[in-house]
Amino acid sequence: MEFIYYFGEVFTPLSFLLLLGGTIGGLILGATPGLSPTMAVALLIPFTFQLEAAQGLILLGAAYTSTVAGGAVSAILLKIPGAPANIATTLDGHTMAKQGQGARALQLSFLASAVGGVFGVLLLIFLTPVLAKWALAFGPSHLFWLAILGVTVIGTLDSPSVVKGLLSGCIGLWLATIGFDDIMGAQRFIFHPALGGGINIIAALIGLFAIPQVLTMFAKGRHNKGAEVIEVQRHSILAAIRELTSRTRALGIGTLTGSIIGLIPGVGGQIAGLVAYDQTKKFSAEKDKFGTGHSEGVIAAESANNAMVGPSLVPLLTLSIPGSPTAAVLLGGLLIHGIFPGSDLFDNHPDVAWTFINSMLIGQVLMCIFGLYVAGLAARVAQVPQSVMAAIVLALSVFGAYSVQGSMGDVYVMACLGISMFFLERFGFSAAPLVLGLILGPIAEANFIQGGMIADATVGKASYFLTGGLNLLLIAVVLASVAYSVWMELLHRRYTTKEEAQA
Amino acid sequence: MNRSQHIIGSGVVFAVGLWVTWVSYTQQPAEAFLFPRLIASVFVVLAGWTFGKAVMGLSKVGNGMTRTMFINMMPGLIVTLIYVFWAAKSLGFYTATAITFFALLSIYDPASHSEAKTWVKRGVITAIFVTVMYGLFAMLLNVYTPREILF
Repeated sequence: MEFIYYFGEVFTPLSFLLLLGGTIGGLILGATPGLSPTMAVALLIPFTFQLEAAQGLILLGAAYTSTVAGGAVSAILLKIPGAPANIATTLDGHTMAKQGQGARALQLSFLASAVGGVFGVLLLIFLTPVLAKWALAFGPSHLFWLAILGVTVIGTLDSPSVVKGLLSGCIGLWLATIGFDDIMGAQRFIFHPALGGGINIIAALIGLFAIPQVLTMFAKGRHNKGAEVIEVQRHSILAAIRELTSRTRALGIGTLTGSIIGLIPGVGGQIAGLVAYDQTKKFSAEKDKFGTGHSEGVIAAESANNAMVGPSLVPLLTLSIPGSPTAAVLLGGLLIHGIFPGSDLFDNHPDVAWTFINSMLIGQVLMCIFGLYVAGLAARVAQVPQSVMAAIVLALSVFGAYSVQGSMGDVYVMACLGISMFFLERFGFSAAPLVLGLILGPIAEANFIQGGMIADATVGKASYFLTGGLNLLLIAVVLASVAYSVWMELLHRRYTTKEEAQA
Repeated sequence: MNRSQHIIGSGVVFAVGLWVTWVSYTQQPAEAFLFPRLIASVFVVLAGWTFGKAVMGLSKVGNGMTRTMFINMMPGLIVTLIYVFWAAKSLGFYTATAITFFALLSIYDPASHSEAKTWVKRGVITAIFVTVMYGLFAMLLNVYTPREILF
């Protein structure tokens, strides 16, 4: 119950202002199609440099939570999911809006998001300290395998192709080795002076997540594809609360599904929303109504995608393994303040850890309150032409990358990585495993070298890295995630081929 | 997506993989390249596999680029490259941002190019945006950016 002692920290004037600003800004950004939660959080990192660690994390955490929920606004009012996590919301939410029940759909969506989100954060509160203590037992070999696991799981589960996902992870791990070697001081892969200090993680994150979206917006051309916003009629909030309490099955399935899926690294909100929607439909007495503007569909999808947010941070805060691309960006936000997740975070910086987690809890409530008022404005912002959005994101990326260390080299690295990532994405590569490789690379290498030294003085490298219960368990999970993904890919290919043949 | 695009994409990645492997195994001191060697070995095998599949026409994942997408994107990409690699440093961040922002708006704005009103609108949006950026970065965050000509 240590978290209760730090609740007051969230309500200091600056912290609360940041929480409020992050929540409202996140709702508007989340509603804007093309601006993903990960990109929003990455672009916000430069704004946290001058803040205390806890305050910086409050801003990033609030933006993360509310962008996921804000995506429901454009999903419901424009039929364009603000983020992949809101795809399932579109199925019933937009139909409700077309039937003149937009306000009802939005109210149910934010209320369900808040319930799911609070449950997810509570799970984060109670699971994290226990797992962080357990992580103390980890030695260099285990930490090495954990880092590899982080890259492998995201590489295989978050990518359309297992091989390309793993290859992206390898590219990220290689990029992490650029610069001077920590132990020998040797130069590695420095083929341009801008790379002398290695690749700055923040500049890389901004480039990898923001620039491909800018180029994607350019690729759509001058054509105005702005969707029409459906006008929102008034609807009683009390009626929405009553309806939510009468739909406990959808809310329960959504919340539980989202929480469980959030704990699995690499499985994002998109899966959480779709699985929850599907399960709720299966257990519903009104199966036929799904897809025709049924409130259970909205409740299940939105409670699931927000319930996923808290648990997705458990692997990050306990084992330093980001479970999602956004968690990887948050790790970058922690590292710039010299804070390393895991037991160090809870033992040496409990104020930072608990203030951040508590702010996410309060943020859920604020998101629910303001979401209902900001929805109309957010939907209007979502109509801003993509040319304006692209230009804004590009300028923010350049200023953000430069402000990390006041170096043009970081801007060049940001642009090169971003442009390369755009083309790689067109060929089926994903940014998420690459980012994980870049972030976890130094952790993997430090523990590989440290473990190697211990191994040379004791049992030898093979025995040290490949034996022992925990090592074998981690290796088994790495192999299982690869095998599962290969199997799923083959299964999908077989179905696709069968359908193609029938067509 | 056509086969040649897959071959070019995976070919570039494979070439990078080969270079990384060559550097990892030839540079000294060898101790500094232990971890890169481990990564490079996996990297080159996976990149070779991907390239091989592309050559045999078995690559399925990825939408590639259509001619229209490429033509649409090129003006924006060229403006971006000029902004990042020349204008920001040579003209100053705020001047370069103003010019780039206005250029991108002019290229991609779906509104008419023949009406004076839309040009004024673009100019006003650009001025507001650069003012906000100046307020945020120069005044609030105290980030000193290269000023060069103008500001």
